[in-house]
Amino acid sequence: MPWLVGLLGLLGFALVVLPLIGLLREASWSNLWSDLGTPQAWAAIKLSLVCSLWATALALVLGVPLAWVFARVEFPGRSFVWALTVLPMVLPPVVAGVALLDAFGRRSFVGARLYDWFHVQLTFSTAGVVLAETFVAMPFLVITVEAAFRALDRRYEDAAVTLGASRWTVFRRVILPMAGPGIAAGAVLAWARALGEFGATITFAGNIQGRTQTTPLAVYLLLESRPEVATALSVLLLGVSVTVLALLRRRWLARA
Amino acid sequence: MTLEAKVRRRLGSLDLDVDLEVAAGETVAILGPNGAGKTTLLRCLAGLEPVDAGRIALDGVAWDDPGAGVFVVPEQRSVGFGFQDYVLFPHLTARENVAFGLRSRGATRGGARRRADEWLARVGLADVAGAKPAALSGGQAQRVALARALATDPKVLLLDEPLAALDAATRGEVRRDLRNHLGEFPGVRLLVTHDPIDAATLADRLVIIEAGRIVQTGSLAEITVRPRSRYVAELVGVNLLVGVARDREIELEGGGALVAPSAATGAVFAVVRPQAVALHRERPAGSPRNVWPGRVAGVELLGDRVRVRVDGPPALVAEVTPAALHELGLVEGAAVWISVKATEVDVFAD
Repeated sequence: MPWLVGLLGLLGFALVVLPLIGLLREASWSNLWSDLGTPQAWAAIKLSLVCSLWATALALVLGVPLAWVFARVEFPGRSFVWALTVLPMVLPPVVAGVALLDAFGRRSFVGARLYDWFHVQLTFSTAGVVLAETFVAMPFLVITVEAAFRALDRRYEDAAVTLGASRWTVFRRVILPMAGPGIAAGAVLAWARALGEFGATITFAGNIQGRTQTTPLAVYLLLESRPEVATALSVLLLGVSVTVLALLRRRWLARA
Repeated sequence: MTLEAKVRRRLGSLDLDVDLEVAAGETVAILGPNGAGKTTLLRCLAGLEPVDAGRIALDGVAWDDPGAGVFVVPEQRSVGFGFQDYVLFPHLTARENVAFGLRSRGATRGGARRRADEWLARVGLADVAGAKPAALSGGQAQRVALARALATDPKVLLLDEPLAALDAATRGEVRRDLRNHLGEFPGVRLLVTHDPIDAATLADRLVIIEAGRIVQTGSLAEITVRPRSRYVAELVGVNLLVGVARDREIELEGGGALVAPSAATGAVFAVVRPQAVALHRERPAGSPRNVWPGRVAGVELLGDRVRVRVDGPPALVAEVTPAALHELGLVEGAAVWISVKATEVDVFAD
């Protein structure tokens, strides 16, 4: 039987690699830069960068404390709250988009109040893109950072408090730096997820060039009209993914 | 300044119930087997764990008194804590590790840095101030940890197995330095160890705990002569002799000499287990290198063994069977010959 196992394994590898080869074969390398420089593509790239970085920042600010709570605080219903928090990882993105519409849409229970009180409208806005991206990306950060917090030896915190450090000093000067690599990995992972976000974004924020049309959305739209630009953008996203994998290789590939 | 502690704490299978009083300027060593509750006791004193009942107070000011609803958090207690494997912050340099407590207690960056450098110089590590803990040897890490614990000028110094992680080669030297630093520290000094040599050389008083209870306290000499249990006898009931070695010969403080199995120079400790001390009616012939006459000063029954104190010099405790006691007619005042094989003498550089 070993030949069958080997054959199936080879087929599995081919399944992953053939599309990548196809993409690289299709790309017109000599025109890559000019294709990426077309106004629509360039606008999408800029918007993607801005939105994904904002989403990563938000995920960090909100997700790190959340990860801390999951790692260190016992409270009733903890596993239920945890499950809800990481649900977006397995939720179909389009469902995430519909759910966001039902909560933050113009006439929904949160969105209506946001509009009435602050005149803030999230749907069809760049902020909406950031919200959708944060929604789907934050769980990746939370579980990575939670694992990093759990892996910390509690005695470092003990040592810090016996030296007179307040809880905040312990967090800032001991826990954060010691969990730093884990937090960085979580942030990179969340950023990559945010950058590739499609379903929730198009459902919740729409597909408006320059405002909500991020790179994946532009790829989808341009595939009919300017397939060479769509391919160029795809190659760019593939390059980013490979870079992310390289950045995280110590964390994951070292274990293989 | 006095630390008073009545510690009751249940933790898993451990049921700790210890009353302890330590005055400033005194070094107390807590000895006991693994799981006896030594570390838990230190953690309670530092406030890393609360007591279930009892009271911990320094100079009458309560640190932990569940009856009165008092619990002072560790960062508010004036405690320097030395952890078993040092627990130096791996992302900070030796200097930043030592400065950490000073910074936490409000010193400026520059002031903390200066004080840290002073402390590192005091423990002889000025040249590794910029090194991260991963680059330090075991002995260096121990000194950094000690400097870090002392730099904040605590009133109480708690050391958990300060020498356990060191190899035999560096242990003697670090132990001597530690003794000097302990001597210069004016506050309450408490250390946990499972090594009777460390306890005897570093501490004025030994407190032996077993299964969460104090079974005996006293100096090593007192405990050697009269261990209260089989366990204590095995743990600390050893003869510890101080002397100066020249080659294989050790000139003992208080008279007498011993031949050791290997050569050494300078101040040493010689340890002889009571089981290794043989008693005879007549001068023994044959191999033992260490033979001297003495007199029985006391006889103590301990389970199925008898501990016999003999005057020398050097004076020792021997452990014999009740049958041998009878055969040799060992009563107080009886003249005996004492013999110890050179191979049974363990020598530690001081």
